[in-house]
Amino acid sequence: MIVFSTFVRQGLACACAVSCLVGAPAFAQAQQQSAPAAPASTPQSADPQQIRQELDRLRQEFEAIRDSYGARLAALEAKLGAAAPAAAAQPPTQAPAPPPPIAQPPAAVTSASEPTVAQPQEPAGQLPAYNPATSKVFNPDMAVIGNFVGAAGKNDVNVTPALRLNEAEASFQAVVDPYARADFFLSFGPEGVDVEEGFLTLTSLPGGLLAKVGKMKEQFGKVNTLHAHALPWADVPLVMTNLLGGEEGMSDSGISVSRLLINPLFFLEATGEVFAGTSGPFAAHDRGDVSWAGRLRGYRDLTEGTNLDVGTSFAYGHNELGPTFRTRLFGVDATFRYRPLQRAIYKRFLTRTELMWSRREQPLFTGGDQSSFGYYASADYQFARRWFTGVRFDSSDRAVDSTLRDTGVSGVLTFWPSEFSQVRGQLRHTRYAEGVTANELLFQFLFSIGAHGAHTF
Amino acid sequence: MKKYIALAFLAALLTGGDAFAAPIKVVTTTQDLESITHEVGGDKVTVDSLAKGYQDPHFVEPKPSFILKLHAADLLIAVGRELEIGWLPPLVNQARNPRIAPNGDRYLDASLTAKILEIPTGQITRAMGDVHPAGNPHYWLGPDNGRRIAQAIQKKLSEISPTDASYFAQRYADFDHRLTEAEKRWQAALAPYKGVKVVTYHRSWPNFTDTFGLNVVGYVEPKPGIPPSPSHTLELIQEIKRQNVKVIIIEPYFDSKTPKAIGRETGAQVIVLAPSVGGVKEVTDYFKLFDYDVNLVVNAIKQTGAK
Repeated sequence: MIVFSTFVRQGLACACAVSCLVGAPAFAQAQQQSAPAAPASTPQSADPQQIRQELDRLRQEFEAIRDSYGARLAALEAKLGAAAPAAAAQPPTQAPAPPPPIAQPPAAVTSASEPTVAQPQEPAGQLPAYNPATSKVFNPDMAVIGNFVGAAGKNDVNVTPALRLNEAEASFQAVVDPYARADFFLSFGPEGVDVEEGFLTLTSLPGGLLAKVGKMKEQFGKVNTLHAHALPWADVPLVMTNLLGGEEGMSDSGISVSRLLINPLFFLEATGEVFAGTSGPFAAHDRGDVSWAGRLRGYRDLTEGTNLDVGTSFAYGHNELGPTFRTRLFGVDATFRYRPLQRAIYKRFLTRTELMWSRREQPLFTGGDQSSFGYYASADYQFARRWFTGVRFDSSDRAVDSTLRDTGVSGVLTFWPSEFSQVRGQLRHTRYAEGVTANELLFQFLFSIGAHGAHTF
Repeated sequence: MKKYIALAFLAALLTGGDAFAAPIKVVTTTQDLESITHEVGGDKVTVDSLAKGYQDPHFVEPKPSFILKLHAADLLIAVGRELEIGWLPPLVNQARNPRIAPNGDRYLDASLTAKILEIPTGQITRAMGDVHPAGNPHYWLGPDNGRRIAQAIQKKLSEISPTDASYFAQRYADFDHRLTEAEKRWQAALAPYKGVKVVTYHRSWPNFTDTFGLNVVGYVEPKPGIPPSPSHTLELIQEIKRQNVKVIIIEPYFDSKTPKAIGRETGAQVIVLAPSVGGVKEVTDYFKLFDYDVNLVVNAIKQTGAK
């Protein structure tokens, strides 16, 4: 910070010097132009003294200009320092009001050596009409999260490269107007660019309703609603790939409406959604083949440091076999959390399980209707400020053939250098239905730049 | 059908009438704001704080139970300056209560009229740790800011319930008076120790140390939000010895292991101050917050002979 500020200061000084130098010839020219008018009344002999006076005058002008530019630059710098980052992290929520932080003078600095900006008490009118700092206020929060995964060991069924930048997720989030906000998550992966999510949230509907319109992750269970970088593992549970149609799960274009069911006992939220029916295990054959999803979520604080979060979900739509073949999904999830408030940054424990049932209609020659079941159970424990460890058990039938069951177990160790990066190692043992087993070491680097909105609970 | 409409209308009228007399439901993000709201609002408000004083206010979990509180709130008062950036926005987005959103008329950012220190200038990056681009958010630890916060709250409450404006004004005046008296007391207690050098864990205390003339010469954290590293700790130990620092101030939610080790190495005394109302059991309101902290600092200075 100190070094950087020094650079900035030096840059400022240079800029001032340059402007003075550039300014000098211009003034000299002006002087020359005005000079011819004067000589008539002034004898040549008076020149040296006159020149000296002129030089003095010019020097004073330069100094005045330099001071004024210096103050303006300082003011701009202060604005950039205070207004732009504040705006970046807190979208233009107070749109019409000027960013307040600079209203109060920053009265102190952190250490003696750190340079401060002089408090230029200039009237605002003297600032240039175009102020880049304020025009950026309306830019959305932007962030990029890199998800780099490496794998070692042998796996003949689920082949992934040794090293891969699995995903670069770019997010753009801001308030649209007093009635809505928008969130975009673009995923840049080895297969190309995809809109992972892009939706409008209507935040001021009456009746305790919250609606989302756009492409979004379907509210089915827990893992399906989370972005890859928010998972406590380098991979996704088998039940996701086997029953929810792949690692990306169900993310589709649609409309989602949710409502709080207010009661004195616990938090209860009901969500109903309709989608185009083209994602995950679903495939629309004509416009009418929409898919539906619903979720009921209950939450209750048990003590101030522990809580229980349970949910039940369903999804329904047509599968890829034809307009008469449908897939129904049903899920139950439960999460128990422990995080002592006073030691919240050092210790936490979370255990979670998700059970899913898939009923998939298939023609008789492919075995008829399939009823498949899968689940995972996991536990994650933070044992130091930057260290997390976890374990996960996996078991899932395959949706197309419920007689084939894959199972697995993983152990995870995660290190957080800071809130903005994570390094993770995962030992994974998988036993595939074909009789093949795979022992692998996955390692993951997650790193985030910019202002990524906080995650929901 | 008509009967139902009539009933609904009647119910609306009744509840509407009640709302006039019912206390304003205020939700604050911290217990400091809760306490000050109590001072100003008296029995015309009910106040509930989301975070507890003994928890790190940067890292609060956005629990769904908070969504319920925010859903029912008539007013949300936040510390601002991005202190709650990691947890408040998703709660507000899900609260289905647009009036308490930052662009709503029932949202109060208590920092807008406060005196904010350490507003960074120039280019800032995360290489500096968890810097707050809008300035140090722990500003409530200067009693003068308590007054400014109270004034902002008084204004807001009067906007919401104009009929009680004189009540709020009178309560604010009373608070202001008591705070002025208390400030004299606190200043007198620390007056002999102006310029005493201290080390703090996190940069939570600039308003406190500025107000009472303490001189912070170092931090246990190498950078804000970055946990202590061995090399920084060694440097700090040398610095403490060189400058003869005798007092290390820490917050109750940090691990005291490293500060205690530094204390053993240097002979400095580690004191756990309350960074907020509720930070320790005894600190039940904004006045007791400073009573407690000032008392601990004075005792530590006396015992160690710190200069």
